[in-house]
Amino acid sequence: MYAIDWRRIGKTAGVVLTLLALWLVFGIYRAGHPWLASGGLAFLAASAALFSWQRAYAWRYLYPGIVAILVFIVFPALYTMRIGFTNYSSSNLLSFERATAYLMDQTCTSGGDPLKLQLLHRGQRFELVLQNEEGGAWHSAAIALAADKPQTLSLTAGGDPAAGEQVPLRDLIALQPALRSLTLNVPGLATPYRLNSLTSFAPAAPLYRRNTDGSLKNLQTGDVLRPNFQTGFYQTAAGANVQPGFRVDVGWKNFVRLFGSAELQAPLMRVFAWTVLFAGLTVLITFCIGFALATVLSWEALRMRTTYRVLLFLPYAVPGFISILIFRGLFNENFGEINMVLHALFGIRPNWFSDPLLAKSMLLIVNSWLGYPYMMLLCLGLIKSIPSDLYEASAIAGATAWQNLTRITLPLILKPIMPLLIASFAFNFNNFVLISLLTDGRPDFTDSLVPAGTTDILVSYTYRIAFQDSGQNFGLAAAISTLIFLLVALLSVVNLKLMRVNAQDKR
Amino acid sequence: MAMVQDKSHLGKILAAHAGLIAFLLLTMFPFLMIVSISLRPGNFASGSLIPDTISFEHWKLALGFSYTDASGRLIAPPFPVLHWLWNSVKIALITASVVLLLSTTSAYAFARLKFRGKELGLSALLLVQMFPAVLSLIAIYAIFDEIGNYVPWLGIDSHGSVILAYAGGIALHIWTIKGYFDTIPAEMEEAAIVDGASHFQAFWHVLLPMALPILCVVFLLAFIGAIIEYPVASILLHQEQNLTLAVGSKLYLYEQNYLWGDFAAAAILSGLPITLLFVVAQRWMVNGLSSGGVKG
Repeated sequence: MYAIDWRRIGKTAGVVLTLLALWLVFGIYRAGHPWLASGGLAFLAASAALFSWQRAYAWRYLYPGIVAILVFIVFPALYTMRIGFTNYSSSNLLSFERATAYLMDQTCTSGGDPLKLQLLHRGQRFELVLQNEEGGAWHSAAIALAADKPQTLSLTAGGDPAAGEQVPLRDLIALQPALRSLTLNVPGLATPYRLNSLTSFAPAAPLYRRNTDGSLKNLQTGDVLRPNFQTGFYQTAAGANVQPGFRVDVGWKNFVRLFGSAELQAPLMRVFAWTVLFAGLTVLITFCIGFALATVLSWEALRMRTTYRVLLFLPYAVPGFISILIFRGLFNENFGEINMVLHALFGIRPNWFSDPLLAKSMLLIVNSWLGYPYMMLLCLGLIKSIPSDLYEASAIAGATAWQNLTRITLPLILKPIMPLLIASFAFNFNNFVLISLLTDGRPDFTDSLVPAGTTDILVSYTYRIAFQDSGQNFGLAAAISTLIFLLVALLSVVNLKLMRVNAQDKR
Repeated sequence: MAMVQDKSHLGKILAAHAGLIAFLLLTMFPFLMIVSISLRPGNFASGSLIPDTISFEHWKLALGFSYTDASGRLIAPPFPVLHWLWNSVKIALITASVVLLLSTTSAYAFARLKFRGKELGLSALLLVQMFPAVLSLIAIYAIFDEIGNYVPWLGIDSHGSVILAYAGGIALHIWTIKGYFDTIPAEMEEAAIVDGASHFQAFWHVLLPMALPILCVVFLLAFIGAIIEYPVASILLHQEQNLTLAVGSKLYLYEQNYLWGDFAAAAILSGLPITLLFVVAQRWMVNGLSSGGVKG
């Protein structure tokens, strides 16, 4: 055996990992998430117990993989469903705490005269000289400027802007973030000064004060803002919303909007219908082509079958994002080679990208090209497994090739391939890459109030709502995702049932 | 199929060949075109499918060199294709290693060790892989946006976030490796354990060397899977320097800035190696294929 002591190495690695995880948990605690930290600690304790408990030996091997699946697949899926019940969107992006902190950071100029800034070089450091209109001047000590740490400076009276080399405007602009983080105390004046334009400081006071009941008082106007946890905004007494909003639970509101409001319901139903049609037709077409090719290639009298098979397989081997983009270029209405050929042969130039029906046919053509090799491979394998004595018997009975195909091959293939056809349907139901790279869902419906594309399928519609529209309505998009989850789950259950039946038949 | 041969036999064979060749020409059309386009001067259709003059301008740009056109203008590469390729390869290598490590250990437990809920776990794995990551994009975006507030190198627009998001895609690979482990007799490992080896030693020194081929295949498949992944990378990566090939390639074909010829060269340059890798890997993949795996 080897001289390496695996057990000791494993133990050392375990201890190091545990310490590292503890440090991480402490970091989370320090960052102000005590609940998350305690959750992490519990998780860590459970892991440690698992790895030291002899009876749970198998779990030592399972654990890393299972955790990865739970954290990176299952958790995001559940979290998406969770977001479907919130108002998370670009107008309600922040958490309540962050939105409050943002408002508390707001300042207002409280009258008072602004001071003009002159920034002087002091070696690597800087000196601020501030003057008012009456000729009074104040200056700071030489300081280092950094944007990431806010500083409070106390000024001293006196100062001469000509006493050093002035920082040129260009550098002054670059230093703006650092200057903005400064708070200056001017002797004899109560309110602190903050930067209010490129080269002037003005007395600034916080705009809001927090009351004990959680409401915020606007110190300038005297308005009281109360957080509304139904809508996710701070509201004035008159009911006006104050930006920025925050995330809150809205219950079933997103789902009610999807099915209840006419503006969303109509496009959703159309998109859903096209999704089903697209996936169904794709499976049908690719299966027919794949099956036909597989029967021809199973014909033993045919030479060069391997060469044909490899060449026919190629569309499947080329990365999807490349072949789809190639088609996007070839189908281009003005410069595309396909329209060039069609124009030369038939004198037509179809509008592949602006006519809804043509765009849909283009998607089906491209997807058939992408998908038939997979079906061909599957059918080849299944045809091979059909016992040859069946064909010998049929030949003796005088059956034609067509009868062989429809009475023997097809019925025997259909049952085992059914789960795979359903899996293929589910895959194309969510074939985001094709839609996104080829048409991006366009052309859009002209009669729809919310933007939706005639070639959008459910996932690409979700993507559009969440990441492309100006509203970035994550909550609404997540609600649609939840619906897709349910549909896919339904398909999966049917599929598992079919596979189980097939497995029993084999026994 | 054993057939009784008749006179029409030869005719049928010729018809089959003709049909197959016609179909092949149709399916190969995009490939032939893209080669022709990459050698054609200019970025627009110039009126002929086979170029009259051959120009290597697009290839120079794809390889990162500038070139001077007929009017003496210096044209710089429009996009850092090689840099994108490097980003893709880097992400894919790390992802594939992580995926291989995680799926091999889990597959070992499923194939060799006894624990409760094994059958249920295997079914659950099949179920999990039915739900593609594209359905969880919003949550993935929200999670990494939040993480980025504390750990910038795992936030939005970092390669770390993409690798982490890919690390969970191991369900199908566990099945593939487990299937291969099942074909290897357990006697060798049992003998090693009788001789005083621990479970881990039997796994590491006895089983893994015998399973090397399938480990290579899974590594290759995970590698290819990460290279061609588009949806997750498209929401996590934004800056041009950070993009992967799959996300960046789309930039060539915007209506306002239509670089058809440059795209053709870049597509061949990056697509060819991946295609070859896939052809090599698929030889062993047929089992995985028929258990329900569909490639994007």
